[in-house]
Amino acid sequence: MTMATATTTDPMLPQPYSVRQVVKETADTFTLTLEPSNGAGGNRFQPGQFSMLWVFGVGELPISISGDPAERNRLAYTVRSVGQATHALVSREVGGAVGVRGPFGTGWPVEKAEGRDVLVVAGGIGLAPLRPVIYEVLHHREKYGRLVVLYGARSPRELLYRKELAAWARQHETQVLSTVDYGGLSWRGQVGVVTTLFKYARLQPERSLAFACGPEIMMRFVARDLETRGLARENIYLSMERNMKCALGFCGHCQYGPHFICKDGPIFRYDQMRPLLEKYEL
Amino acid sequence: MHAPALLTLDQLARLVPALHSRGYQVVGPTVRDGAIVYDVLEGISDLPVGWTDEQEAGRYRLRRRNDDALFGYVVGPQSWKKYVHPAEVRLLTAERSGHTFRILNNDPSPPRRAFLGVRACELAAIAVQDRVLQGDRYRDPIYAARREGIFIVAVNCTQAAPTCFCTSMGTGPRVRGAYDLALTELVGPGKHEFVIEAGSDAGAEVLAELAPSAPSEAVCQEAEAAVERAASQIQRRMDTTGIRDLLYTNFDHPRWDNVAQRCLTCANCTMVCPTCFCTTVEDVSDVTGMHAERWRKWDSCFTQNFSYIHGGNIRSSAKSRYRQWMTHKLASWIDQFGSSGCVGCGRCITWCPVGIDITEEVRAIRESPASSKESSHGNP
Repeated sequence: MTMATATTTDPMLPQPYSVRQVVKETADTFTLTLEPSNGAGGNRFQPGQFSMLWVFGVGELPISISGDPAERNRLAYTVRSVGQATHALVSREVGGAVGVRGPFGTGWPVEKAEGRDVLVVAGGIGLAPLRPVIYEVLHHREKYGRLVVLYGARSPRELLYRKELAAWARQHETQVLSTVDYGGLSWRGQVGVVTTLFKYARLQPERSLAFACGPEIMMRFVARDLETRGLARENIYLSMERNMKCALGFCGHCQYGPHFICKDGPIFRYDQMRPLLEKYEL
Repeated sequence: MHAPALLTLDQLARLVPALHSRGYQVVGPTVRDGAIVYDVLEGISDLPVGWTDEQEAGRYRLRRRNDDALFGYVVGPQSWKKYVHPAEVRLLTAERSGHTFRILNNDPSPPRRAFLGVRACELAAIAVQDRVLQGDRYRDPIYAARREGIFIVAVNCTQAAPTCFCTSMGTGPRVRGAYDLALTELVGPGKHEFVIEAGSDAGAEVLAELAPSAPSEAVCQEAEAAVERAASQIQRRMDTTGIRDLLYTNFDHPRWDNVAQRCLTCANCTMVCPTCFCTTVEDVSDVTGMHAERWRKWDSCFTQNFSYIHGGNIRSSAKSRYRQWMTHKLASWIDQFGSSGCVGCGRCITWCPVGIDITEEVRAIRESPASSKESSHGNP
């Protein structure tokens, strides 16, 4: 590689994108849809991959892509405002600029799910990186068996994509169940952690592939329960999270045992993760 | 291979001008602030002539030698990563333009450098950083641009510090490959000369300009013996047998609590380590808000917010941070990059303000391995 191409392909330089749409999902969570500012084609992505999003002069963050992989030239991100950079990101107005690097990382192995039942287990904003899988399955309904989406949130007001959840539930061979930690008076649905929904899931464990994303403690118990219900460890996938500064394996921040979450993950098979999930402060 | 040659001190003095005339900026060891650091050299008189260093765990002192040796010391607090993977580097400058922004990337390219005085452990460290920063999935263009075309003048160690353990890590004290020229200094009463070997065509070409003579067999043997003497001076040992599994299986060893009682989490060990590569990125903007820059800076796994994600820091205890550093350096590095991250230079031992010794920590774990009981954090 010559010096010139090294500069032009510098993976640390963000590409300018502009905000096409901002959708308020909950009190603190927004979905931004971005398009390349220069009119060039956007980057294709695999469900489960993430980008580094940069706000001019503020900071950069790893954010999973939550949009439809079939929609070319558009990238959607669902962001919860919890700090300075995420706040700046969700405060962008339509037409505003966001720097994008990526997509990075491994995707959910959707090809491996062909011909099988697909179980999606999400906690809180963990549904965001799983939404592209749901789009993928619903676009190619004939390629997959049953689709079961089990979703847990803290309260009904914190459920993401509520209209879509209802729409997905009406699809052929699709089951969508939500549960919350605190229901309140008007909630008619399930109350409890997401694993309490497992007994309602209608699928064949031995021919299922499970994709889970949420807080680490949730994924630990989800994977453990799924294993007792007959899913093989090799058929359970988790999306892991760690601090990231570069997404290229250079900054060292995202190390998880021998793995770099950014380039070896963020999607890992449960049998790889199981010994590590047991280790406190790894 | 090129045959060894012999240089007098005067002939060696022509090396720096010879490198300058080929467009290299020459950097190497020099005395500053009571330590031997790396900086730009105008000639061999800028080297630490007649100085040596005394090193022990948590201790470093310069002392006068009773001769005028140019390389009569070992390694100081800095390493060559200062030049190839700098402590602070600008990733980008950007300016607002309308609703979008433009990246302005017009930083001048780094000078072509010649490294003068690279020790065997440091050659090994450069090879380790090559694997991390340009040999894996992605290539760091900043590192690659600074690394490419460096002219390396290596030096065989003829003495060792008490903190050295390169023989345990298989990296020294003799330099092997990956250099343009390699020197062995011979100094004694009425004698000051250098056995020099070229390791590349570029090295041979520079060497020819210095008009060396052919060394006698006796001089070559003397140079061999000097390097052997350095090897035999090395007292510290690290047994690396099965070290990856040793550390993986001793995640809950009580020694981690013991070392955490002493560790200040000051990050000195990661700053002086020639292979530690972790960085953070800082955003800055001017008061108009029209210009922004992103800077990459060395970071350390010993800082608390290194592992911050929303909700808290993954590694909040000192114990977990020391364990991460040592387990990464000696164990997971092997899984990630196919070699140990430790080259046995001993800097982390010398520059630890409380004198924590990585070789002693490994020995403590090896001598009383934890029982095979499951983790203390009880996940079935």
